[in-house]
Amino acid sequence: MTRSVFFKFLARLMMPVLLLFSLVLLLRGHNQPGGGFVGGLVGASSIVLMTLAYGADDVRARLRIDFLRAMFYGVGIALVAGLIGLIFGDAFQDAFWWKPYIQGVGRLEAGTPLLFDVGVYVVVFSVTCSIVMSMAEEGERDDVG
Amino acid sequence: MLIILPLLIPLAMGIGALIRFREVRRGVVVIGTFLNMLVCLTLLLGLQAGGMYVSQMGGHPAPYGISIVVDTLSAVMLAVTSVIAFGVVLFSRVTIDANRERFAYYPLLAFLLMGINFAFLTGDLFTLYVAFEVMLMSSFVLLTLGGERGQLEGGLKYVTLNLISSTIFLIAVGLTYAVAGTLNLADLSRRLSGIEAPGITTLLAGLFFIAFGIKAAIFPLFFWLPASYHTPPIAVTAMFGGVLTKVGIYSMWRVLGMVFPQDLVYLQPLILTIAALTMVTGVLGAIAQTEVRRLLSFHIISQIGYLLMGMGLMTEISLSGAVFFMVHVILAKTVLFFVSGITHEVQGSYYLKKLGGFQKSHPLVAILFLVGALSLAGIPPLPGFWAKLTLIRAGLEAQQYGIVAVALVVSLLTLYSMTKIWHEVFWKAKPLDIDPHPQPLPTTWRGELKPSPLAPLPDGLQRDTEGKVGMIHHAPTDPILRETLEKHVPVNPEGEGSEDQGGGAPFGDRIGFLKSTFDDQGRMGWLLAPTILLVVCIIVIGIFAEPMYQISVQAAVGVLEPEAYVQTVLFPGE
Repeated sequence: MTRSVFFKFLARLMMPVLLLFSLVLLLRGHNQPGGGFVGGLVGASSIVLMTLAYGADDVRARLRIDFLRAMFYGVGIALVAGLIGLIFGDAFQDAFWWKPYIQGVGRLEAGTPLLFDVGVYVVVFSVTCSIVMSMAEEGERDDVG
Repeated sequence: MLIILPLLIPLAMGIGALIRFREVRRGVVVIGTFLNMLVCLTLLLGLQAGGMYVSQMGGHPAPYGISIVVDTLSAVMLAVTSVIAFGVVLFSRVTIDANRERFAYYPLLAFLLMGINFAFLTGDLFTLYVAFEVMLMSSFVLLTLGGERGQLEGGLKYVTLNLISSTIFLIAVGLTYAVAGTLNLADLSRRLSGIEAPGITTLLAGLFFIAFGIKAAIFPLFFWLPASYHTPPIAVTAMFGGVLTKVGIYSMWRVLGMVFPQDLVYLQPLILTIAALTMVTGVLGAIAQTEVRRLLSFHIISQIGYLLMGMGLMTEISLSGAVFFMVHVILAKTVLFFVSGITHEVQGSYYLKKLGGFQKSHPLVAILFLVGALSLAGIPPLPGFWAKLTLIRAGLEAQQYGIVAVALVVSLLTLYSMTKIWHEVFWKAKPLDIDPHPQPLPTTWRGELKPSPLAPLPDGLQRDTEGKVGMIHHAPTDPILRETLEKHVPVNPEGEGSEDQGGGAPFGDRIGFLKSTFDDQGRMGWLLAPTILLVVCIIVIGIFAEPMYQISVQAAVGVLEPEAYVQTVLFPGE
């Protein structure tokens, strides 16, 4: 299967945009539409685009992420976010906020719900990528055979 | 703090079980399930004086947030499950092959445990659905992990029927929310018990009954169970057979008993009929089977009938009998699956025809089986007797003589089919390994056959190189046994016969032999330890039936009189 040059170019152009957009979705998720799940999906879509353009092997070789392992790291992050609430607060997933004022930027709001969302982001991102990659590899194998 | 731990320990265990080093990974799950067991037993002991533990996730108050509630029923279920999980992890050590282990067997087991514990912990209908999904997702993968033909075939049926059940469950949850505006069980119990729209609540109760009924494998909906449960490795079957269907029954008690009590009265004739049919079809199916795992799978269905009977009668004594029965059946069933795993490990088969002679060769295994089997059949002083006695007394008090008669007859049939296993596997001598239609021997197996110099022998017999007549050893068809045998029995590729093995055996071989017997004992230890643990639990419960019965009554009262539950969850301050 030969891949179109235009598509490759567009995919390269879109990938950073999609990744950035996914981060925006992740960060604003607590108060506005968005969050770890949607962010993770959008982030994974950038990888999916690259897979379609360049093929699964190429992308896997460049990324060098073990998605299965990353998935569990994500669950681990979410677990830690919940545990902070359990240990220092009243209940599991009790929210803790850290709101420093940064000169020239504004008030930063970070807290355990954000950490939890980061965990969800990592899980969704790696699960989606891992599913799409293995399907793409299957397809490529079929093309050969 | 303590009550969220049965959720967090398996989660952490699932993550920890992905560590690269095999021994560390195994250590993590053993320690994790052990801690989980300690926590769950502590919870149960803490509730002996009554009351319950409540925690609100994220600190949001009750009808808005997600409540985590442990009352006596939940604590009992958690405790039994934790013991089973610990046993299964020990049992997995030698029965799960390296390949399955590499493909995340232990993390999946941990997430399965998390789902089960979550279902027992939650006090919220939608979270119960989520817990079921967590449980089912892990169980789907565990069931098909390994990708054997039978596994995929059984897995397909399992997945399809369970997805239908989940859909019905979700629809019912949605309708409940539309009717009541809340999904918190305590809040639902308060709001729906006074509602003057019997049609709608009966519809909801019926939907929940079907949804949980599929998971619990009740009479017309059980076909996925015997089709799939015998296909995965025995440790997985033990976990599934011991606990999974019981989660369905638990949810039935919890949701139908607490939220729709008046509809249960309406549905009582239906439930009792289904209970009777479940018992009878299950046990008759079991009698017809000749493969141990399938036989035990049908018994699971039969026992579900008793649990359903307890719910159908819906009196305090019947439900406490059912709780008692639940504890006993989870332990006994897992013991029986473990024993069948041990017999398979030793003789390489699950077929009654091919097994035999265990009473002589492994008397300890025979005793372990006997305890499990007699308890299942209901012989005093084992817990199965007390549980059935309570259930039958409840049936007599409620004047439901039909179901009582069925329960008694089914007990007898259970005893009959247990006797069948006992006779075939333990009493009967090990059948000679003579194949009625011998195939040509594979050349890699014990060398090539020399052409016989004398007249042809009867089928199944051969002459060795010295001219002695002996049995033909066929290569076992079971891949695991063949693997073990090939490891331990030296193969002569040159076809030299038995001459070299006697006198001139090199010293190294003897060390190898010693090592292999030592390994075998180690393997046996990993198999026997969890079985003995569960058997001891059964015997202890049988002896201390009185305190166990008190706990069961407390659990049953908690479901039948949900006022305390509602009060504690919704108005913790007062």
